[in-house]
Amino acid sequence: MSNLSKPIPPAGGRNALEVEIRGKTFRGADGEAVRAIETIAFEVAPASFATLIGPSGCGKTTTLRIILGLDEDYEGRLRLPDEGHGRIAAVFQEPRLLPWRTVEENVRLALSDDEAERDLDQLFAVLGLAEMRSRYPSELSLGLARRVALARAFAVRPSLLLLDEPFVSLDEQTATRLRKLLMDVWSARPTTALMVTHNLREAVQLSDRIIFLTERPSRVRGVHDIAKPRAERDTRWREATLSAIAKRYSGVL
Amino acid sequence: MALELEHGTAGTAVPSRLAPGVVTIVSLAGLLAVWWVAATLADSRVLPTPPEVAEAFWRDARTGELFFHLGMTLMRVAGAFAIAMAVGSAIGIFLGMNREANRFFDPWVILFLNVPALVLIVLAYIWFGLNEAAAIGAIAVNKIPNVVVTLREGARALDRDLEEMARVYRFSFARTLRHVVLPQLQPYFAAASRSGISLIWKIALVVELLGRSNGVGFQINLYFQLFDVAAILAYTLAFVAVMLIIEFLLVQPFEAHSTRWRPKRARG
Repeated sequence: MSNLSKPIPPAGGRNALEVEIRGKTFRGADGEAVRAIETIAFEVAPASFATLIGPSGCGKTTTLRIILGLDEDYEGRLRLPDEGHGRIAAVFQEPRLLPWRTVEENVRLALSDDEAERDLDQLFAVLGLAEMRSRYPSELSLGLARRVALARAFAVRPSLLLLDEPFVSLDEQTATRLRKLLMDVWSARPTTALMVTHNLREAVQLSDRIIFLTERPSRVRGVHDIAKPRAERDTRWREATLSAIAKRYSGVL
Repeated sequence: MALELEHGTAGTAVPSRLAPGVVTIVSLAGLLAVWWVAATLADSRVLPTPPEVAEAFWRDARTGELFFHLGMTLMRVAGAFAIAMAVGSAIGIFLGMNREANRFFDPWVILFLNVPALVLIVLAYIWFGLNEAAAIGAIAVNKIPNVVVTLREGARALDRDLEEMARVYRFSFARTLRHVVLPQLQPYFAAASRSGISLIWKIALVVELLGRSNGVGFQINLYFQLFDVAAILAYTLAFVAVMLIIEFLLVQPFEAHSTRWRPKRARG
């Protein structure tokens, strides 16, 4: 996992993630129906990193929940990277750790029984959690707790990784560090990944594909592919790309 | 145990302040002194002095009679406690998770909460006879509605986020129960068992008084007939002591163990 010079092993499923939501309606407390999603259809190529971006309340998180199987009340269809055989991992907005279990137990509990004793030393080391394994979540800062959530997600070797604003409400320095860690771990074993964010700068830095959504009831406003290798995405390139995107999709920044 | 721990930290950190253990002992000694003075002044059979109570205790302890009756009561308390916690938790968790069932059964819970203990005991003896099962069942039924109400609140407060996390990471049912659900219910179990033990042993004495031929309640009834207040107090204090020992040796260490993940509050 840490040796990046090795040939990258194939990870994730063989298929693309195909999402086609043709309608999602919430029923409010007063019984009134609110249409959240009109049509959201997109694909994420195998072993690539995609980002969903759009205004608040446009159904980004709802889309993730549908893919995760937490919300089954929608019209449309899904095709998962390996048709439901592989595992899905999620990093939620809140770390969602079990407060009464240690860092290591939180990660191990996500493993299946036959993997329960797997060596996680490298994963913990890469994420800078080697010293934290026997701590309880209440002893961790938000940034560290998010790292544990990342460790849990990668420990299960998912064929699909979903991230819901994993860097929100962190100071910029911590967020930058975490983004780099995410990329280090992900590049070692690239799996199909879909991240929700508000932060276009973050999306441009991390993604192979950015999917822009409109306001509620949301539709796909456009898809922007980025071919440039991540290592070559310097500040100048980023600023140029950001302004190009801003011109094309006015109001997204 | 907890007292010793606190004693250590408080004693070294703030030497001028009295350790909580010392305060407890002084407080109890004060109560004993007040009793002793009152009993000496009253000089009456209905208020014996501490030595007289100790003598009554020793009289029944030497023959083993006291320990037999304590044991019988303890057995009933333990049996009723186990039944009440198991049945009450199962019902409470079910009602907390199922809104329709809760709407239907809520009036039942309120009804049982308000049936007097005495009525349940008398009915149990009439319906099921003067036997051990009726006695323990009557105690348990008195406690079950309290456990239901407490655990129902706990089940209502279960964290949906953690439940979803467990689903996404494919926790088995057993793993979800053990690592996600039960730790969240732990404070509610603790509250239910705390209030449970004290309620149960009080009801157990009434049950024994009305329909058993042994146990602390039976003995108290016997000594009431004999007008032997010293013996009544000896049995009462002995049983209170047993319950305190259970509290310190079982309940508190268990609670400390199961809440060790909580951030420690700053002391002093």
